[in-house]
Amino acid sequence: MKQKKVLKRATPYLFILPWIIGFLVFTIGPLIFSLVMSFFNWPLAADPEFVGFGNYMEMFTSDKQFFKSLTISLKYAAIFVPLNMIIALFLAMLITQPVRGVKVFRTIFYIPTVISGVAVSILWGWILNGDYGVLNYLLSLIGIKGPKWLVDPAWAILAVIIASAFGVGSMMLIFYTDIKNIPIDVYEAASIDGANPARQFFSITLPIITPTILFNLITSIISSFQQVTLVMLLTGGGPLKSTYFYGLYTYNNAFKHHKLGYASANAWVMFVIILCLTALVFKSSSAWVFYETEAGGAQKKVKKGGKR
Amino acid sequence: MKMSKVSKVIIYILLGLMALYFLSPFIYMLFTAFKTEAEAIAYPPKLFPAKWLWQNFKEAWNAQPFGTFLWNSILVTVGTTVGQVISCSLVAYGFARFNFKGKNILFMILLSTMMIPWDVTMIPQYMEFKMFGWINTLKPLIIPAWFGSAYYIFLMRQFLMGVPRDFEEAARIDGANAFQIYWKIFMPILKPSLILVGVLNMISVWNDYLGPLIFLQDRSKYTLALGLAAFKGVHETQIIPMLCITIIMIIPPIIIFIIAQKYIVEGTSGSIK
Repeated sequence: MKQKKVLKRATPYLFILPWIIGFLVFTIGPLIFSLVMSFFNWPLAADPEFVGFGNYMEMFTSDKQFFKSLTISLKYAAIFVPLNMIIALFLAMLITQPVRGVKVFRTIFYIPTVISGVAVSILWGWILNGDYGVLNYLLSLIGIKGPKWLVDPAWAILAVIIASAFGVGSMMLIFYTDIKNIPIDVYEAASIDGANPARQFFSITLPIITPTILFNLITSIISSFQQVTLVMLLTGGGPLKSTYFYGLYTYNNAFKHHKLGYASANAWVMFVIILCLTALVFKSSSAWVFYETEAGGAQKKVKKGGKR
Repeated sequence: MKMSKVSKVIIYILLGLMALYFLSPFIYMLFTAFKTEAEAIAYPPKLFPAKWLWQNFKEAWNAQPFGTFLWNSILVTVGTTVGQVISCSLVAYGFARFNFKGKNILFMILLSTMMIPWDVTMIPQYMEFKMFGWINTLKPLIIPAWFGSAYYIFLMRQFLMGVPRDFEEAARIDGANAFQIYWKIFMPILKPSLILVGVLNMISVWNDYLGPLIFLQDRSKYTLALGLAAFKGVHETQIIPMLCITIIMIIPPIIIFIIAQKYIVEGTSGSIK
């Protein structure tokens, strides 16, 4: 009888056991170890050596690339995040219109997001090619001489932004499902009161979806900081390191220069910046996020982490 | 709501323009893949090939051991998907249908792990897998998936929270134990959620580049994404074979998405509420 009781009490833990093991072995273990490593000079092939805050000191005082890469990533996030959200919201509004065949467009807009970063980089590397790329050809038709996107340091970051905006569909879908859930009679009432579509958008739709905007804002800040695959393959960080994103800088310090301790310190600085930005956004959110009922306000939480 | 004809036309024009932006790169790529190398870089470019060269695909496929890469990609994709579906459903069931000590704090921890950038854990993970002797095998890409993934657990748990309590009450009176209830009653109910997680995982693993890049060394172990990227590095000047392999690589996720999109749309809706 007692045995049975113990078993019953243990049952829920048995169910969540896989995650607990995975959390210890693949998440919290590595997380703590990474923090420890960041205080060491840790080459791949030789013995590690304790350097205290040496790695952090080096980043903030003598490593010029650290600030450059940080600036590039912040610049990328500052342009890409709002741009991506505006396009996503625009597309979401389009595919919630009550016209026939709109679901086909929903599928089309989403398709680029299911495609590998490798494929996207090949596709856009080819389209943006300065010599025979089709984008510059199309621009020339309307009398614009296109830049050498991937070779000109002034334009390369924009090339990365254009290529990443191709994956706007996942954010569009999140906006879409939220807008779809707004009861139709709210709009009908507004319509009777004489509100035009633009007014309806700014007075009804936008305030209702502010929690989703918050969610998308946070997840896209996180993922834009971790952008690696696309830059690695599209520009390789160049030309002249103009797209040497922070994620790429960290990756190269670890796996190209084999400075594992230093790269761990890089990664922790990124983590802290992400946490600060998230906290900042959350703090500001009370001023611009409206919940349907104050009591139900806590239902929204951060749901999705960044992508690799 | 009624719409005027004019606004309908405007909406269709906007939809069409956006569709053109998203589709035209693919269409243009598809046509170009059949061209000769000289046609591909001709200026001004032509949309259609002079002659449809089907052998381009065969030649590209044989230029590298892409058959091996494909097989590795299939192994990793299937291996992780089975693992995620089983482990995440168990964990989600545990969190959604039981009350136990520490549940809320554990669930908060689970949610907060989604904030951790992979950059922080990738280096220790690499060293850990090296210690296990897993480097240059597919194990580091597959085995962690058998211990669940926070986002997928969260999705399934949200789904299970919506199932009424009486479901397991009846079964419990019949004398079924917790595992039987999970397996016989909840697995069938969970089907949409299982498909959603399976499809999301399949797509992300099939496309993953950084994991294989860090953990694999020999070409014989490469996945398709890694093989294609390596191919790009070597054949920078030859555009046609690269486009051919790219087309082959993007077809499976597109098909899977089109078949399963209903679950993705519903799943997204469930996760934000």
